[in-house]
Amino acid sequence: MELLEAFSLPFMQRALLGGLAIAVVAGLLGTFVVQRGLAFLGDGLAHAAFGGMALGAFAAAFFGTSGWLEQPLLIAVPFTLLASMGIAFVRDRTVLSSDVAIGVFFAVSVALGVLFISVIPPERNVIDVWHLLFGSILAVGPADLGIILTVSALVFALLLFVWPRLAYATFDEELARTDGVNTRRLEYLLFALAALVVVVSAQMIGIVLMAAYLVIPGASARLISRSLVAMSMWSVLFGVASTVAGLVISYLVDVPTGSTIILTQAALFLVAAAFRKR
Amino acid sequence: MSVRFGKVMALQDVSFDLERGQTLAIVGPNGAGKSTLIRVALGLIRPLRGHALIFGQYAGVDARRIGYVPQLKTFDRSFPATALELVVSGARLQWPARVTRREREAAAAALEQVGARGLLNRRLAGLSGGELQRVYLARALIRQPDLVLLDEPATGVDFLGEHDLYDLLEGYQERTNAAIVMITHDLTAARYHASHVLVLNRQAHGFGAPEEVLSEESLKEAYGHHGHQHDWLVN
Repeated sequence: MELLEAFSLPFMQRALLGGLAIAVVAGLLGTFVVQRGLAFLGDGLAHAAFGGMALGAFAAAFFGTSGWLEQPLLIAVPFTLLASMGIAFVRDRTVLSSDVAIGVFFAVSVALGVLFISVIPPERNVIDVWHLLFGSILAVGPADLGIILTVSALVFALLLFVWPRLAYATFDEELARTDGVNTRRLEYLLFALAALVVVVSAQMIGIVLMAAYLVIPGASARLISRSLVAMSMWSVLFGVASTVAGLVISYLVDVPTGSTIILTQAALFLVAAAFRKR
Repeated sequence: MSVRFGKVMALQDVSFDLERGQTLAIVGPNGAGKSTLIRVALGLIRPLRGHALIFGQYAGVDARRIGYVPQLKTFDRSFPATALELVVSGARLQWPARVTRREREAAAAALEQVGARGLLNRRLAGLSGGELQRVYLARALIRQPDLVLLDEPATGVDFLGEHDLYDLLEGYQERTNAAIVMITHDLTAARYHASHVLVLNRQAHGFGAPEEVLSEESLKEAYGHHGHQHDWLVN
């Protein structure tokens, strides 16, 4: 009864809705992230988002007397998209592997983020670094929720549209190319969509925890799936279940929600490992 | 046609014609440009000079008329998929999220054609090299191609499996009058299963009927050169 009352509160409803939206798109993206061996991508993009938010805060502090510059997210989105395109480009056009490319952008973004934040006078700083790193799903405002729902719907629709070609390219890039699939364009699109989801979600659940949404449900799903479509569905289901369970448990036990969601995902991973298909 | 990778000429002035109903075996040492030639025919590589015409169209224009069987070593075994999905991908030219009843029947018939009906619902990760080869062949044949391209089809397949493979290809060719092009390291297979042989080492060292082309002289000429000698570098 107490739990039902809790979910009648607007902030809990926003947390639930936002969390579910992230769980669905991250679950779908996570299938490809895991299957393409890009587990580090979520971390890299989340830290690029940190650099972008810091740059946004810097712009807001020094140039944003009024107008769009006061919104750090409006700078963080293109910044993170640019970083994702950079990672995809290095992976595509050089001999460097994904993790090396991601590692370079990861380090540079964090360095830039720390640099920007260090020069902002505290009284003009519009972002809370602790909040950005670890997030607070319960603090999502109506405007944040609107952005998250819009981006999630857009990414979800695009992913469904390209799924058959993206899956084909993930199975065997050369085979897909022989059948006319533009695998390069799809890879850039995948990186851009992941960047978009990560940057708008990071402010809600934190950059440290966002990476987990892209990896753990997908990895759990991989353990028990016979096909890629089943893996996609399980990945979404694990993300949704861990979000709901994490919210409920954190409310009942009074512990941080983001951590509880990730630990629930880890518990589901252990269950999946126990039932894995050999 | 000629193909260049950086400073290295991968193929130089290679030219030949193949008719429907003919089988071409491409032989040559490692690094001779055999896979490059196949990739040009698939439209994956654009030649520096010249072009590949497949049934009068530039390579890569009409994927449906070509059935391609890649080397098995490129396959990622961790991908969660069944033989059914792989075969259906050959008909759809994309990965199937859901397989219709008609597609399932077509895939079963294609697998039946290669003697592997029982593999329909098996996971790819659990298949042997020979079984995978049959599934890939069914995937290529489901679209009833006019040209079948095979990159080292006998690799990882035992002697009996190899014998079956050539029987299957010859059976398909008899029914459809398709052209077949295969890369092989097995000169005996080239001699007995191909109507034409191309001896390749960056250049064509011989093209024609096996008994004419597989001479000691042309083979020595092709295999006597190695792919990384300095005289192949473009200055």
